[in-house]
Amino acid sequence: MATQTEKQNPAFYALIAALVVMSVGPIALMLATSFKTNVDVYDASVPAFFFSPTIKNYETVLCNFLWYEADHVDYCDPTFGRALINSLIVGLVSTGLTLTIGCMAAYALVRFKFMGRGTVSMTTLLMRMVPPAVLLVPVFGIWTFQYGLDQTYAGIILIYTAMNLPFVIWILQSFIVQVPIQLEEAARMDGANPFQVFFLVVLPIIQPGLAAAAIFTFRIAWNEFLLANALSGRSTRTVPVTIVNSITEYDINWGVIMATGMLLAIPPILFTFVASKQIITGMTAGAVKG
Amino acid sequence: MSVAIKANRLTPYMFLAPAGIILIFALLYPIGYMIYASFLDWSPSQRIGQAEFIGFRNYVNLWGDEAFRESFWVTIRFAAIVVTLEMFLGVGLALLLDRNIKGMAVLRTVFILPMMIAPIVVGLMWRYMYHPTVGIFNRTLKSFGFEGIPWLSDSTWSFIAIVIADVWQWTPFIFILALAAMQSLPRSALEAAEIDGASEWQKIILIKLPLMMPVLIVTLLLRLIDAFKVLEVILVLTNGGPGLSTEILALRIFRTAQEFQELGEAAAMSNLLLMMLMAITIGMFAYSRVQEARVARQRAAAEKDDD
Repeated sequence: MATQTEKQNPAFYALIAALVVMSVGPIALMLATSFKTNVDVYDASVPAFFFSPTIKNYETVLCNFLWYEADHVDYCDPTFGRALINSLIVGLVSTGLTLTIGCMAAYALVRFKFMGRGTVSMTTLLMRMVPPAVLLVPVFGIWTFQYGLDQTYAGIILIYTAMNLPFVIWILQSFIVQVPIQLEEAARMDGANPFQVFFLVVLPIIQPGLAAAAIFTFRIAWNEFLLANALSGRSTRTVPVTIVNSITEYDINWGVIMATGMLLAIPPILFTFVASKQIITGMTAGAVKG
Repeated sequence: MSVAIKANRLTPYMFLAPAGIILIFALLYPIGYMIYASFLDWSPSQRIGQAEFIGFRNYVNLWGDEAFRESFWVTIRFAAIVVTLEMFLGVGLALLLDRNIKGMAVLRTVFILPMMIAPIVVGLMWRYMYHPTVGIFNRTLKSFGFEGIPWLSDSTWSFIAIVIADVWQWTPFIFILALAAMQSLPRSALEAAEIDGASEWQKIILIKLPLMMPVLIVTLLLRLIDAFKVLEVILVLTNGGPGLSTEILALRIFRTAQEFQELGEAAAMSNLLLMMLMAITIGMFAYSRVQEARVARQRAAAEKDDD
């Protein structure tokens, strides 16, 4: 394979630079604005990127986590801090639950030859087809009147787990198929029961798959707005819900809201830089391999 | 001994049970429930048992509802325009950038960022950029002495604004899939063309694009399905306005349920949206089946030739 790089003409690099600026620009602008005071935002003479930065916006947003008293914060509004904790709880618990349950199901489907891979990928695709907006009415009705799970963490976690399961099962299957069956047979010979084989032999091998699935699941739970908005109560609101609530007001404090948005965007951005390869694999698997 | 065998036979079911239970109770049941609810006159303060059964009246109402028809067309227009633009840009860029250059991995990482961050945040930053006075677009225009553009307050411009935001967010998806498809093309075909003296354009039109077609069509359909689901970005940017100019169906369902408290009607709309997406998905399956059959036939023919 020819892996050495070829010389390209300068226009080519100009195009690439333009593309990078276009895709990162808005994010960089948000980051820059989150370090601006509201006065600077409205002052046309202050440039978009080069100004004296301040962390006041972050202090305002995270005021109930500060170990010191920020003197510009007159009244500490704990809404966002609480939402951040809620988002973390919902994201982490639903990811853990989805992975555990999804793993077991994927293992059973592969090793005990229940349904073909075709059935699972069909379910995954059908699930991908269902917009969250379509689930809004029934989930609201059922969670409120039949399960009694409205305004609780459990309700939000349950729907996220259900939404993510088909995809997680589908992606983990492709990793489990590659685990050599001889390894499991050897463990069985040594007297391990099926659960021990699964947890002590199979799980450690498919760790890369678990990582990819975890990122996808966490991202959806972390970013989702619609169902969280319908199901959460005052004390269980997640970050996207609080953001939408705060922008319906007329005079928007752009610095503060951008700091909030930035805090919501940071985990997915970190994941992207740490595991872009797994993410791209997960994204392309559906279309390229069929 | 017999207990052990029994336990072994039960194992697969025990592994599958939790997933099965959750999917049935939290996914299949709600979808069935939605279909039933679309025949009810139902407001959020009522239990579903108290809601009145009104047959197809929700659907008939929707049919006669001018606002619904308008938002139906907005949805179709939005999906068609956005997907077309993204396909041309994404595939074009993939063709341009399919070379051995340093730092391609970094470039791909940068390109997937817009897709990874929350749609709410994407809406937020575009709303800031479109802002009539503090937004970067109007400030730049004004600094060159032009009039500012009413990005989010004019019905034509606001439609353009949501299209731009969506193109920004999702073109990389097409780009990455197209690039992956291109890099898995058989080198032999391209080399043969090169030896025969094909120009760069001929290679693209006669070899690369036809060979990539199966992947491109699946990509197109996946993106089309997702375009019907866009909601949060538009909610934050325009909330469907001004008027109904950017109120796509998903947003209308949300507002019907949330603001107008008409759960039955929202369910009927959900049902229609779901049926539309089902048609696209079935089309996709049918296409991939046909494609597989064709490949199998070709392979069989090729093997016969070898004998």
